[in-house]
Amino acid sequence: MNSKLIFKMLGVVLAIEAALMLLPLGIALSIGDDTVAAFVLTILLLAALSAALIPIRPKSQSMYAREGFLIVSLSWVLLSLFGALPFYVSGYIPSYIDALFETVSGFTTTGSSILSNVEALPNSLLFWRSFTHWIGGMGILVFVMAILPASNERSMHVMRAEVPGPSVGKLVPKLRSTATLLYAIYFLLTVVHVIFLLFGGMSLFDSLITAFGSAGTGGFSNKNSSIGYFDSAYIDGVVTVFMLLFGINFNLYFLMLTRNFRQALRSEELRWYLIIVLASIGLITLNILPQERSLSHAFRLASFQVASIITTTGYATTDFNLWPLYSKMILIALMFIGACGGSTGGGIKVSRVIVMLKRVKRELIKLVHPRTVRVIRLEGKALESEQVNGIFTFAITYLLIIVAACLAVSLDGFDFETTFTSVLSCMSNIGPGTGLVGPMGNFGGFSGFSKLVLSLVMLLGRLEIYPLLLCFAPVLYRKK
Amino acid sequence: MNIVIVGDGKMGFALAQNLSKEGHDIMIVDSNPNALRNASNLLDVGCIPGNGISSEVLMEAGVNAADLLIAVTSKDEINIICCLIARKLGARHTIARVRDPQYAQNLSILREDLGLSMQVNPELEAATEISRIIRFPSAQKVEFFARGKVEVVEIRLSGDSPLKGQALRNFKAKGMKVLICAVQRGEEVVIPDGDFVLQAGDIISITASPKDITAFFKATGLMLQRKIRSVMIVGGGRTSYYLTRLLLDADIQVKIIEMNRDRCKELADAFPKAMIIYGDGSDRETLHEENIDDTDAFAALTGLDEENVVISMYALMRKVGKVITKVNHIGFSEVLEKTGIDCVITPHLISTHQIVRYVRAMQNSLGSHVESLTRMVNGQVEALEFRVRDTFRGLNIPLRDVHLKKNLLIASIIRNGRLIYPHGNDAIHAGDSVIVVTTIAGLEELNDILA
Repeated sequence: MNSKLIFKMLGVVLAIEAALMLLPLGIALSIGDDTVAAFVLTILLLAALSAALIPIRPKSQSMYAREGFLIVSLSWVLLSLFGALPFYVSGYIPSYIDALFETVSGFTTTGSSILSNVEALPNSLLFWRSFTHWIGGMGILVFVMAILPASNERSMHVMRAEVPGPSVGKLVPKLRSTATLLYAIYFLLTVVHVIFLLFGGMSLFDSLITAFGSAGTGGFSNKNSSIGYFDSAYIDGVVTVFMLLFGINFNLYFLMLTRNFRQALRSEELRWYLIIVLASIGLITLNILPQERSLSHAFRLASFQVASIITTTGYATTDFNLWPLYSKMILIALMFIGACGGSTGGGIKVSRVIVMLKRVKRELIKLVHPRTVRVIRLEGKALESEQVNGIFTFAITYLLIIVAACLAVSLDGFDFETTFTSVLSCMSNIGPGTGLVGPMGNFGGFSGFSKLVLSLVMLLGRLEIYPLLLCFAPVLYRKK
Repeated sequence: MNIVIVGDGKMGFALAQNLSKEGHDIMIVDSNPNALRNASNLLDVGCIPGNGISSEVLMEAGVNAADLLIAVTSKDEINIICCLIARKLGARHTIARVRDPQYAQNLSILREDLGLSMQVNPELEAATEISRIIRFPSAQKVEFFARGKVEVVEIRLSGDSPLKGQALRNFKAKGMKVLICAVQRGEEVVIPDGDFVLQAGDIISITASPKDITAFFKATGLMLQRKIRSVMIVGGGRTSYYLTRLLLDADIQVKIIEMNRDRCKELADAFPKAMIIYGDGSDRETLHEENIDDTDAFAALTGLDEENVVISMYALMRKVGKVITKVNHIGFSEVLEKTGIDCVITPHLISTHQIVRYVRAMQNSLGSHVESLTRMVNGQVEALEFRVRDTFRGLNIPLRDVHLKKNLLIASIIRNGRLIYPHGNDAIHAGDSVIVVTTIAGLEELNDILA
């Protein structure tokens, strides 16, 4: 294993975290928050560490899948460990485990919080908390690749480990240009989102925080009642649309940029994503109609909640804990599905679900015509049976991890709904669940052990299991 | 530049590797997704699975905006058709690999109509290279610069070499007009200065004009070897075919050992002057029956790398003067060097090299200043030819006052068609051609040589 190369890359990642932390530090300085010392301390620590790691000269630049996986998972763990320091050092989150949970939840774009009163945090910490969403959404290593001069032609392994989705492709031949393009699209959409929010009369700070949350499909808000605080149909609408936009595969935006609208709109995954969204909105609207004041209000609530859950953002404009069970079940189903591959969202991903359903359909046809030969296609392209099997394995591992984590969390003795949805919500990087961890509740009641388990589950969900799981696999370290 | 490569075989991969290293945007198309997996894992290139003659696939690879399409699938016909389609779809230049001797001849007539910018024939190139080595037996490799005005010759110093133990300064003092521009010692490659002392086992690269190199070889006694008059070739494939034609033209006796009867007949029909032997060239008795001890040069050109290596080692043991080995998979080149086999020919790499040079020239017309680039010493050293423009910051300054980067050497200056071996007093003028030898990869223009 090329451990020197791994350490060097980790150094680069830490240096970038230090640089990114200058933004909240600037805010703290300009408005006179008492968090300046905490940020300065963390930045110095990060700078010192990266100064020690970056000068390492790896003997060779050779990188294989295992180096890629290790770089990504270690980066995310380190990012979270250090990103938690400002919360802890400043004393606003007195327990380090709580601070870590909050930061992991930020970077993995989950949005689950242990804070019962978010509004008590100073603005610099609120900014950092939401900014972690924005960084984590597209991924820190994609960012590294975008800004670093083309250093390693094998960095594809890193990209594949970090970008969610069943098959990670490049938009253009060069990895660096691909990474730059992805970030450019991401940045642009975020800016447009902020502008739309400003039109709705939101303050610049609030719109930045909100945009970070929906861009990364994270869901941290700076208000206790989330987006519901603003109580504006316009803002609800804007956030709904942008959450849905960030849940679409970014490759499609690239196709649109290169004026290939037809191909973009023909995307199978996009079509199913929209069908699922519209069907869920329709069903929930009808289901909650009796307890809401009007059809339009029911529609507004249903569409916001559906968009928030399927894109795994986790904003809320109402307490859907109070909805009928049927609506809640639809939301829980959406929690499994998640957004499109190649977006900033989490979950199993629409494309994987499509492939699995097609495989089930093929099995049914095979029962009737045992000799039939059928190829499973996605986006018009035939999939190798190896790829299809990989998708099933992924889904099953996903479920197994949820079961295992439920076992661990159930030690806390909460009810089934709370235990199950808290784990599912963390695994799919959503934020709120139902029961005690509903949109108006929080994760503060869990034990330290559960918080650590849930943090791990969030990381597993964000990195799509394997990179992180591999760190625990002896096969990676065995020399023989 | 945007380059599309169709066919991800050995040559397609080598092309993608070399061209992407030089900063081009590469798309590889191949119908076998497994072949592409390697490329997508190891190289920073785009990969598209699909048939290279489907216009849909080619469009997906962006052929309409491509500056160059290179078709190197295993089939000549597909390569030609692929280039034709690519031209129609808007590729600016196309290069096809065409290996069949019959096609290759016809193609020179059809080239205009097909819109091909270039056709490469790895076997022909390999044969040309081998014939060059046979006619120039002391050298392992010969490269040309400035349209043949400058040659770079690689030689290995044997234990009894007269050059052993000499400092480079001595050659200059004796008035020899050559320059030793790179020395490989073990794994390490050095760009030597005047105090550098040569040792046995070093592989040295010499630049000079062809005349001066011959003079140098004579003066130092490296030319002891007599001229090669007979060559034994094992394997009667395409490379042998082209090689035999070239050698016969140079009045060198050729003996081919081939184990396929029909092929033997074809060869005998094509080359009445050559001796064609129907037999197994990997058989000891056959080799002795055909007098391996008396042949001046030996070329192992069968389709099996292992066989070529083993019979070459045997030929070396029998003290054949010059042994040339064709090896297609060069993954373990360090091991080969240990066996004493020093003349290794890899056809697809020679053609890759040729295309990379062509791409450099294309880019030159787009603004960069590198006229040509040659990789030497297993690719660890680059020799670049620059045309000097007014923008060079070291213009008209005596070289001793110009601060060059380390591990870099100005090997020669060509002014008005005359070769100058640069000394401290010489200066680079606008309009000169300059050959720079360096271990630093990726120089783009002449100003990059300045520290």
